[in-house]
Amino acid sequence: MLKIENLHVRIAGKDILRGLSLEVKAGEVHAIMGPNGAGKSTLGNVLAGREGYEVIEGSIHYEGRDLLELEPEERAAAGVFLAFQYPVEIPGVNNTYFLRAALNAQRRRRGESELDSMQFLKRVREKLAVLHLKDELLHRAVNEGFSGGEKKRNEIFQMALLEPKLAILDETDSGLDIDALKMVADGVNAMRDPARAFIVITHYQRLLEYIVPDYVHVLADGRIVESGDKSLALKLEEHGYSWIAERKLAGAA
Amino acid sequence: MATGFLEPLLAAASSSAVAGGDWLAGVRERALRQLERDGLPGPRSEAWKYSSLRALGQRRFEPGDAAAATRNVDAGLLELAGVDAPRLVFVNGSFRADLSRLPSLPGVQLRTLSQELQEDPDRLRGFLDRPHADAADAFARLNTVLAADGPVIRVAAGSVVEPLVHLVNVGASASVDLAWQLRGIVEVGEGASLRLVEHHVGEAGHEHLGNSFSQIVLRAGARLDLLQVQDSPESANLVRRTEASLESDAHLELRSIEAGARWMRHDLAVELSGDRSRFVSRGVFALHGRQHADTRLDVRHTARDTSCDIVWRGVADQRSRGIFHGAIVVAAGADGADAQLSNKNLLLSDQAEINTQPVLEIHADEVKAAHGATVGQLDERALFYLRSRGLSRAEARSLLTLAFCRVAFDSITNAALREHIDAMMLERLPIREDETGQEPASP
Ligand SMILES: Nc1ncnc2c1ncn2[C@@H]1O[C@H](COP(=O)(O)OP(=O)(O)OP(=O)(O)O)[C@@H](O)[C@H]1O
Ligand SMILES: [Mg+2]
Repeated sequence: MLKIENLHVRIAGKDILRGLSLEVKAGEVHAIMGPNGAGKSTLGNVLAGREGYEVIEGSIHYEGRDLLELEPEERAAAGVFLAFQYPVEIPGVNNTYFLRAALNAQRRRRGESELDSMQFLKRVREKLAVLHLKDELLHRAVNEGFSGGEKKRNEIFQMALLEPKLAILDETDSGLDIDALKMVADGVNAMRDPARAFIVITHYQRLLEYIVPDYVHVLADGRIVESGDKSLALKLEEHGYSWIAERKLAGAA
Repeated sequence: MATGFLEPLLAAASSSAVAGGDWLAGVRERALRQLERDGLPGPRSEAWKYSSLRALGQRRFEPGDAAAATRNVDAGLLELAGVDAPRLVFVNGSFRADLSRLPSLPGVQLRTLSQELQEDPDRLRGFLDRPHADAADAFARLNTVLAADGPVIRVAAGSVVEPLVHLVNVGASASVDLAWQLRGIVEVGEGASLRLVEHHVGEAGHEHLGNSFSQIVLRAGARLDLLQVQDSPESANLVRRTEASLESDAHLELRSIEAGARWMRHDLAVELSGDRSRFVSRGVFALHGRQHADTRLDVRHTARDTSCDIVWRGVADQRSRGIFHGAIVVAAGADGADAQLSNKNLLLSDQAEINTQPVLEIHADEVKAAHGATVGQLDERALFYLRSRGLSRAEARSLLTLAFCRVAFDSITNAALREHIDAMMLERLPIREDETGQEPASP
């Protein structure tokens, strides 16, 4: 589904990603962990198509297409979704209006029929139930005045509604209380499907107890320095990231 | 010195007979002489600094419309969602009874200037007999010389007028370019209240110059909710002046939506002359193409404990130009005034321009005042967020732009009217859906 090869990305003259390779197949869940500033959000932003990121080397293929050729909205319509680490507040834009406009814009682009407001609301109600989100949030402006946890749950609610094929969750667990964490995990697990893949960026092993990954990767210094199964997350929790660097040194010696 | 613009208009004035008393002939004569002497404001006029009258001054317009009474007007133009009767319609400056709806309402007189000039001109003296000593007020002078019609609305003391009163000014196409004048008068009696919509529309393509001057007096404790919707075709020229004076405890709530016209100027002068009077306003202009809009706000606090709360937004795209001048003067003795003005602007193109000039002058004590103006661009983070969910760049831009404008009308309680304005603004924003992701070129 997704194949990243030797990706080098520069922001504001600074090399952030330096030879990152990663392959994600349909149906898989990949967790990415790594120290602050390692480039995890950069990876998510590059996948979603944010401007200002200069790809100086390497390639990203998504379902056989060159992802870097596509505009953000084309990527969204093709099934790429990024749950933001810091969701943006947009005063004056009603949440429900925005979601319906987004869903219908994607559907138009895919040549599907648009949903009318009845069909849309039916879908909204189904998804709201899973995330235990208050109805009231839908009538507010996008993320405006939402608590940190509400913003994160709203991201997952959007994901549930838009039904992407490749979802990248950037620290969706940060700032969530334990109940909200379970709801978010339930929302993700309910969507797990042989045709859908997830990249879950997190600092905490705890999330991975609820969303059990097929692979865990460590992103440091702009590339994947270690990959393993879910037990890798436990070892990281125990020993910290320095353990990987030391192991590398030992291996090299 | 009469320019090409003024010449035919002033000639028409000298030859026309004047209804009303001797005083009116005197008032018009005075304004005429002032115009002959000063002409249109030139490049050194501070008030017209950003809106040059050079091009306009060289154009010729026919004075008024002899056929105004019989012009066919598309009935759809007159409609405004959520607003029904009463309705007063003026076409190229003349009242059209056949297009108006005037149910009799207790406590309110819905009349016209032409009617009142015939029947009881002296009642108008307080409104029409104004010096306009400043040469910058050329269009007010011109209006005084030539205006023969317009709405005259009087609400009796203590009356609460329930229905929303709809005033429609229509610019209708003609074989020549016209200069039409309209003089409106609104007087809300002691403790009375009125809700009014002043609606400017027109047939596409005409290049008339409309000169609409409204005078508002709110007696003690009166309240007026005024919504101005300027939705003229993008070929029209429109000069508007709104003057309001508020007696003690009076309250003026103004919403002003500026969406149409090729070239427009709006002078808005509010005098808080009674203790504890209050002026609240929300306004927006949204421009594109080669539109030019100049809004000049002058608020004077001349009594104690008066307040104003002004929020204005401006948007300019493509090659348009927007000007906002927001002046608040707190006169000596107007102690305890509270004056708040915020003006935020959005520039959507490199070739568009916005000038904002906040002016604050305080000569009194114990005054609270805050004044702020900014010019910025759309938030890139918000744009990316919307696009990452599937909206095209164009859709995301119009959605964010509309959201920016909404402060001017999101507090309208009439839902149908609010949604109509929302749709109107979205329609007027040039940045529409375009599959290539490119924005449409300027027209
Ligand atoms: N627009 C930018 N301009 C300059 N530097 C940037 C910009 N965006 C990101 N960076 C830098 O790139 C590096 C990687 O940032 P990124 O947000 O990808 O890290 P991260 O792995 O997500 O960290 P965290 O765990 O703290 O979220 C950081 O050093 C950051 O300061
Ligand atoms: Mg990050």
